[in-house]
Amino acid sequence: MLATRVFSLVGKRAISTSVCVRAHESVVKSEDFTLPAYVDRRDYPLPDVAHVKHLSASQKALKEKEKASWSSLSMDEKVELYRIKFKESFAEMNRRSNEWKTVVGTAMFFFGITALIIMWEKRYVYGPLPQTFDKEWVAMQTKRMLDMKVNPIQGLASKWDYEKNEWKKRGQEEGAVTPDGGRDVCLWNRACCTSPLLLTWSSSE
Amino acid sequence: MAPEVLPKPQMRGLLARRLRFHMATAFVLSLGVAALYKVGVADKRKKAYADFYRNYDAMKDFEEMRKAGIFQSVK
Repeated sequence: MLATRVFSLVGKRAISTSVCVRAHESVVKSEDFTLPAYVDRRDYPLPDVAHVKHLSASQKALKEKEKASWSSLSMDEKVELYRIKFKESFAEMNRRSNEWKTVVGTAMFFFGITALIIMWEKRYVYGPLPQTFDKEWVAMQTKRMLDMKVNPIQGLASKWDYEKNEWKKRGQEEGAVTPDGGRDVCLWNRACCTSPLLLTWSSSE
Repeated sequence: MAPEVLPKPQMRGLLARRLRFHMATAFVLSLGVAALYKVGVADKRKKAYADFYRNYDAMKDFEEMRKAGIFQSVK
């Protein structure tokens, strides 16, 4: 079902998107593309041509009546004149649709297909990871980085408790004003942000 | 179409109204983001650096690193 909707989406999109060459659903002969065309566009409110090209007899009579005073026109005649000149009203052309669901669904579908492809690739194409990714190696690497005190102010070493030889608990970092709750604890960053209320607008020291 | 008469829509000043709304919103949001950045990032960072260096002993730090055995020039 999604597939049929996708194909209708793709088919509806004309190849060119310029204002003058937008064709509507009816059959258009090849030379008509060279002539000014009608478009329903919010940013082009008065199209180059009227919507109805070939008027019936009653419509021709109405156009003649339009040349006289407009107060003699009935409401239905005014609407008929509008519909001769324009295909859809602004309210109609701006109506919302459910197209976004098709778009999002298709995007997620292809995302999933890509995931399957990547899973196959990891299993059948890629070689083994280097030894530097082993758990033991990473542990030795991290220990060395802590020994070197990499980024001791806000980065890695700032999150290690050198006295207790363990990672600092959340809310324990230097610069914390009080250890109690009621502070905004930034969930992403383990070196959490203390609440703005506790910080003062201080100039640089 | 329908025989009921709709209320006459707003005909003039549409751009002015849109501009007023968006200018005000943009102003407020920009100031807000800037203020939050100043407090949450810039001031916090300055404080972190100040606190770190207030009682920083470079030689002690060096000794700790040396004992951990990361240097090639000193053991």
